[in-house]
Amino acid sequence: MNIAIIKYNAGNIVSVTNTLNRLGVEPVVSDDPEVLKKADKVIFPGVGEASTAMEYLKERKLDQVIKSMKQPFLGICLGQQLMCLHSEENNTECLGIFDLNVLRFERKLKVPHMGWNKLLDMKGPLFHGLEVEPYIYFVHSYYCEVGPETIAKSEYMNDFSAALNKDNFYAIQGHPEKSGHAGQQFLDNFLKL
Amino acid sequence: MLTKRIIPCLDIKDGRTVKGVNFVELRDAGDAVEQGAIYAEQGADELVFLDITATVENRKTLVELVRNVARQINIPFTVGGGISSVQDVSALLNAGADKISINSSAVRRPELVDELALQFGSQCIVVAIDTKDFGDKNVVHTHGGRTPTELITEAWAYEVQERGAGEILLTSMDHDGTKAGFANKLTSKISNKLHIPVIASGGAGNMEDFYDVFTDGAADAALAASIFHFKEIPIPSLKNYLNDKGIPMRLVPSE
Repeated sequence: MNIAIIKYNAGNIVSVTNTLNRLGVEPVVSDDPEVLKKADKVIFPGVGEASTAMEYLKERKLDQVIKSMKQPFLGICLGQQLMCLHSEENNTECLGIFDLNVLRFERKLKVPHMGWNKLLDMKGPLFHGLEVEPYIYFVHSYYCEVGPETIAKSEYMNDFSAALNKDNFYAIQGHPEKSGHAGQQFLDNFLKL
Repeated sequence: MLTKRIIPCLDIKDGRTVKGVNFVELRDAGDAVEQGAIYAEQGADELVFLDITATVENRKTLVELVRNVARQINIPFTVGGGISSVQDVSALLNAGADKISINSSAVRRPELVDELALQFGSQCIVVAIDTKDFGDKNVVHTHGGRTPTELITEAWAYEVQERGAGEILLTSMDHDGTKAGFANKLTSKISNKLHIPVIASGGAGNMEDFYDVFTDGAADAALAASIFHFKEIPIPSLKNYLNDKGIPMRLVPSE
């Protein structure tokens, strides 16, 4: 299976690659549109800041490439946020795959939301074989609203989208590559889509 | 609900752990990767690897160790000890560390915190603070707690938050090694004043000490070394105990 990880200036690429290796897959890390288009599945990781990441993608026309993808596509963390309409992080226009906004957590509790939290109301094949309310590791200061495309929720001060799906596009806010067996199972499920 | 985190700390010298863990399952008591993996299986929420030699010659060994840890361990881990530049941090993060921790180098040059946060993001910058109680004030110490500074602990914690630290690792030198409980009063004072998470360290002796630091101490996470290494407190028992007492914990399903 040919798995590509999108190379850009916001990455937890090493961690994602390591986890895929543990699942027996050697991914290609690339920002070449031709390589990405040919992949069976594409992973869009992300740790970083929204506006600089979007600028980088636009300069390389990767924004258009991502939106035209037809194969199973998975955004992780900032990847999920960039797949939404708009982010409050430096007022950034995002890719608009999901019809949702990305908002800043209020500081009623500690921000970033950092640590292990439960996935709730999970729907669909990505959660096959996971426990009822599995724990996933999160690190983020902005969150995606809940909407019709939400396939899992989590709660920190308010409910937010912990995972999203529309057609071939999937996304998760937490870090499955850092979430023990539950996260590994989630990524394995994505590879089996 | 976001859970409180239990974090074992492994001291590293020349790429190997210093205090041997006497796990029966362990083939090589000095193998940091193997020890870390066992903690991860037992339900540790994160790991900290602290290079206690932290010399220039050992940098390459440490980066190699981080690479091996990242390949085999599927929970987040922090690396600390002797990190003093953007290049150091870049090498460790590229090798697969999730966070790095700085201490003396931040005291020496506080702008380092701003530079690292800007370049790599606050989420991966932990500032470790070693503190000693002088009765009327708490004073920041460097070099493993040996050298006092002019900095007042509470003010320094606030300053590094404002400079972009993503987390504070607060070690009480008065409590460290005593097994008489964490410095709950100071931890809660700092944790309640800051909007970033605070990891309490130093003093863990029994399971109740963890309960106290999460309640009275308002800590977001608790770190300990020897009580986990010598199996005085097994991580699964600790997490079950805390969960039963109403502290939100991630319980790892038994295989």
